[in-house]
Amino acid sequence: MTHFHLVWAGLWRKRVRTIFTLLSIAIAFLLFGLLQGVNAWFSGLISDAHADRLIVVSRISQIEPLPIAHLQGIEQLSGIRRATYVGAFSGVYQSRGNDVFVLATDPEALFDIYPEWRIAPDQLQAMTTTRTGAIVGEALMKAYGWKVGDRLPLTTSVVKQDGSSEWDLEIVGTYNVEGSPSQANRVIINYAYFDEARQFDKGRVFAFIVSIDDPARSAPMCAAIDALFENSSDETLSQDETAYAQAQLRQIGDISAMVNAIVGAVLFTLLFLTGNTMMQSVRERIPELAVLKAIGFSDGMVTTLILTESVLLCLVSALLGLAVAAAVFPLTESLGIGGGALPAGVIVLGVAIALMLALVSGLPPARRVQRLTIVDALAGR
Amino acid sequence: MSPVVSLKNVARYYRRGAERVGVLRDLSLEIEQGEFVAVMGPSGSGKTTLLNLVAGIDRPDQGEIVVAGERISSYSSRQLARWRAGHIGFIFQFYNLMPLLTAEQNVELPLLLASLSKAQRATHVRTALQLVGLADRSSHRPAELSGGQQQRVAIARALVADPTLLVCDEPTGDLDRQMADQILGLLQIVNRDHGKTIVMVTHDPKAAERATRQLHLDKGQLIDAATLAAA
Repeated sequence: MTHFHLVWAGLWRKRVRTIFTLLSIAIAFLLFGLLQGVNAWFSGLISDAHADRLIVVSRISQIEPLPIAHLQGIEQLSGIRRATYVGAFSGVYQSRGNDVFVLATDPEALFDIYPEWRIAPDQLQAMTTTRTGAIVGEALMKAYGWKVGDRLPLTTSVVKQDGSSEWDLEIVGTYNVEGSPSQANRVIINYAYFDEARQFDKGRVFAFIVSIDDPARSAPMCAAIDALFENSSDETLSQDETAYAQAQLRQIGDISAMVNAIVGAVLFTLLFLTGNTMMQSVRERIPELAVLKAIGFSDGMVTTLILTESVLLCLVSALLGLAVAAAVFPLTESLGIGGGALPAGVIVLGVAIALMLALVSGLPPARRVQRLTIVDALAGR
Repeated sequence: MSPVVSLKNVARYYRRGAERVGVLRDLSLEIEQGEFVAVMGPSGSGKTTLLNLVAGIDRPDQGEIVVAGERISSYSSRQLARWRAGHIGFIFQFYNLMPLLTAEQNVELPLLLASLSKAQRATHVRTALQLVGLADRSSHRPAELSGGQQQRVAIARALVADPTLLVCDEPTGDLDRQMADQILGLLQIVNRDHGKTIVMVTHDPKAAERATRQLHLDKGQLIDAATLAAA
């Protein structure tokens, strides 16, 4: 027998209570893991954004299309490395719920502007010879089990010349996003084909993506682009990618504050739950703990036993919850708000919080045990 | 030879509100090595307080206590804990075993504080359980044992670290006559055959008869046999 046996025996003295407490903590940390994972994913979107890339949309509304002719004006500005346009729409693959996001663009230019989007050169070349070709992100390919050469029929809200809104594409290539594989989740098609085949909004695009030579000059470049179209019927709003990503997230709300508020409330409640469980557990064992002291266990040793018990309970439960969160987190990709592996930072933070929770909730009962007078405890006072 | 237990002018008071109540008053006592001393007296006479002081789980307000050659009345609580681990074996009225530990593990508890190997601990535990006749019940938990058997486990736990002194607080108080006789017989064996010094608090005159010396306490003071007879 070791001291650990004593801790273990203390922990399982009331089996049902321990199991319920363990489950409560595990569920709280499952929630913590998932929410913090999503939070980290959103933060990743911003940190992955590049200041040397500008997004140009309509000043009126982000969904208001702009004339493709704006591209010429943008390209003529000095300091522009490369620019392209994107049309965007969503399509449904086979049945509702299987939504995919489609970008209609000049693929060669787009992949030049996004060097972290990796594609085999021959597959990119194939887009020039296949008008209905599509390059699909690897995450999406994996999710639907597609492979290069497959037909990709999509039902969309974009009406074609023939009156149908079924778009029949052919997968000619696949791309990955370096460092963020879960973000390789789009379908890229030829704008030329898209614009020719659609019935409405011809010659208009959703946005321009602009690569500039000097990221330090992103603000004046944005101002220069917007100045080009000032007082026209299609005024623009240009932002660098970071500011654009932040603006997009602000439309949803302050994700980080919301997540922290929820997690904070859950952990605060947990503090009382765990503290109460530990206090009750100690209260029931006062005579036993007094005996331990009587036979020679010092105040410090008995206090350590109680704290270890609290740490073990919180840590095992938290690790259980975080393990489930890590297993489930990749599934959040289907909701469009996560995906990939649960960041290691979230797990480390979770373990640190569990340890803090254990110490804070374990301290009051541990101090009670430390101050326990053997004579009074044995006399039931 | 110097006594194992020596109390000189010991007093212990408790506070009841603003009032100071004397539980032990100017008490002096010596117990020799190998004695089996029964402490008797009415409720509130100070028997358990005396036992607690001798066992080092309480401190006197006045006087000096020397047990096993150490002046424990001046020890800090940490020093007392270390001292108890080496010198005192406790036997309580309600056994006070750890419910989730087996008999063997309960007996092993005091050895966790000694620097012994696992094998040495196992040998000590086996010997102690054999001494109390419970070697075949070593893997049973307290709830699976009778009251008498639980008290035997408690005695094995008290003996396992080979303490200088056994202190017993009403060790048969929760047992029927037959079980009580068995436990008292066991204590006599421990005292007679193994030379253990025992101090036992009891209300039971039959239990006290098993001791080699009887002490009577009344109102916090020892009373001699003549006074007792006169009373």
